[in-house]
Amino acid sequence: MAALLDHAVRTLFGHDHSVDAWRNLVHPGETVSLKVNTLGGRGISTNVQLVAAICERLQQASVKPADITIWDRDSVELERAGFHVAIGGDRVQCYGTDRVGYEQELSAYGSVGSLLSKILTQRSNVLINVPVLKDHDGAGVTIALKNMYGVINNPNKYHPNGCNPYVADLNMLPEIRSRMRLTICDATTALYEGGPAYKPEHSWSANTLIVSQDPVALDHTGWQIIERKRAEKGLKTLEAEERAPGYIATAADAEHRLGTNDPKKISLIEV
Amino acid sequence: MFCNLDVEGAMKDPHPLDRRSFLKCALASGAALGITNAAQHAAATTTGEDDSRFVVEAKFYQKLQNRKVKCKLCPRECTVGDKERGYCGVRENRGGTYYTLVHSRVAAAHVDPVEKKPLFHYLPGTNAFSLGTAGCNVNCKFCQNWDISQSRPEQVPAQYAPPQRIAELAKQHSCPTIAFTYSEPVVFSEYLMDAADAGHEAGIRSIVVSNGFIQEDALKTAYGKMDAVKIDLKSFSESYYRQVVTGQLKPVLDTLVNLRKMGKWTEIVYLTVPALNDSDQEFRGLAQWIKANLGEDVPLHFTQFHPEYLLKNLPITPVPTLERAKAIADAEGLHYVYIGNVPGHPAQNTYCPKCRKMLVERVGFTAGQMLIEKNRCPSCQQPIAGIWHA
Repeated sequence: MAALLDHAVRTLFGHDHSVDAWRNLVHPGETVSLKVNTLGGRGISTNVQLVAAICERLQQASVKPADITIWDRDSVELERAGFHVAIGGDRVQCYGTDRVGYEQELSAYGSVGSLLSKILTQRSNVLINVPVLKDHDGAGVTIALKNMYGVINNPNKYHPNGCNPYVADLNMLPEIRSRMRLTICDATTALYEGGPAYKPEHSWSANTLIVSQDPVALDHTGWQIIERKRAEKGLKTLEAEERAPGYIATAADAEHRLGTNDPKKISLIEV
Repeated sequence: MFCNLDVEGAMKDPHPLDRRSFLKCALASGAALGITNAAQHAAATTTGEDDSRFVVEAKFYQKLQNRKVKCKLCPRECTVGDKERGYCGVRENRGGTYYTLVHSRVAAAHVDPVEKKPLFHYLPGTNAFSLGTAGCNVNCKFCQNWDISQSRPEQVPAQYAPPQRIAELAKQHSCPTIAFTYSEPVVFSEYLMDAADAGHEAGIRSIVVSNGFIQEDALKTAYGKMDAVKIDLKSFSESYYRQVVTGQLKPVLDTLVNLRKMGKWTEIVYLTVPALNDSDQEFRGLAQWIKANLGEDVPLHFTQFHPEYLLKNLPITPVPTLERAKAIADAEGLHYVYIGNVPGHPAQNTYCPKCRKMLVERVGFTAGQMLIEKNRCPSCQQPIAGIWHA
């Protein structure tokens, strides 16, 4: 897993040594948080070994262990996914927002008005998004942009209309946008149908990491991977099922400009 | 903000709190009321183990293929995948079975005058043991209690209060009524039903303060247990419901008509928001619809908006706007049109529609004099609609 991560990061940033790439991304004294996705339990959550490898590289890039936080919405879900909750001391921190709560003041953009996790606002100079690659019955797919639903108090309010424009609006919140530096999508195991909960009959070992600083390009690329798998399995496209992830195009539009979904502008380097 | 923690003190406090502060006080008061020894801190107060006390299978849903469910509680009809929650945030699909997470999970509790609901034609001068849980099935941009209504249950401090305990507390505090209120009782219908049953067994009535955004079957089953209902009719326009409320008008109007058919005493509150739902045309359309579909005796309260939540850019509703609304509704022939959230305004009082004698005088949230006798005006014997006597 570490070798795969190193290869991806070196290639993305054009460095011979992966630690050099990480040193360009984070700096000593910064607090770094890794927003994982643990809704799917052991079956399909962010890979623990991948997260361990990221933490190791961050420390090699001179980030103190206690300045690193692995987190999601809920501590119990983190444990169910294989993470060990750790709070305090000099070690890498790992816990859910349930342990610290949400800010009291609303953050709002467009259709979104939410309270943000204190882990984001108080423990993260730098946010590294570490989602998984999944089909989603409402949104079409859930990859990088939608993983931010785990940052707020009221994600249930933002599922109508295939989560569009809510996903894009949420990622526009300055507290999220200003901290987001990198997305490392764990597609070692992925889900092409029946998500977001784990469905073993619809998962496959994609054995892939997708790494980008453009979450829109990453989501577009991940969506296409899921569509290819669906076609291979004889399933309809998400569009044919009337659940294409329209929020990706919204995130790329002139109002949001969170990245690009234009395949001509996406440099896809497969290693 | 000073908050009284004892019930007596809180009731005597002459300084009205804004609603958000009130809710914070209300929760603290809940502890004082002895519901449980809940911790009072900002983060979640319940652990996974504790949570099981609040989890009960939902009553209004349909199982679908692939462990999905369709909620049949409100007109939104959320289709919810495994491990996901509905729009309300308080109902969760666990392996193809749908659960409410807020049964007996009280996020706010207080002893309130019934006039505070407001219900003006229901046992004036009495108190209601009032409670609410987290969650709501709409997302009004002006919500005054968004910190509990727009939160998931595990995100707000809560106390375990099973139905029998609510009935006991109501009795203990001499409340003839339990009021389901504060957030949106539609989303805690199972708890409401059980608590209403427990109350009725103890001789305590039940009322609900609701947005009325509920399916007909659920309405009949759940609100069928209520003795009176207050519906927040947010507007008389579908576009407003869509843009400001994230709901729909038509199902709410259907609810009002069904409540009428069910014989439930119903009052309507219309929060009047400057520039958004305050046109003469809308006031007139509303009044005409009420008269035609519900009758002229349904009380209508035009209440003052205060900027909050996602609508902080608008001013407080000018009193003349409320007076214009009342004048239009009066002219359309409604018998009981009130102005709310404006302390001391004469349109808080109840007058006989025939001889105009003041029958109930209200000061703040308390009823001063109450002259109605045997449901009639003592002066001209005009019947006065309502539930006036226990």
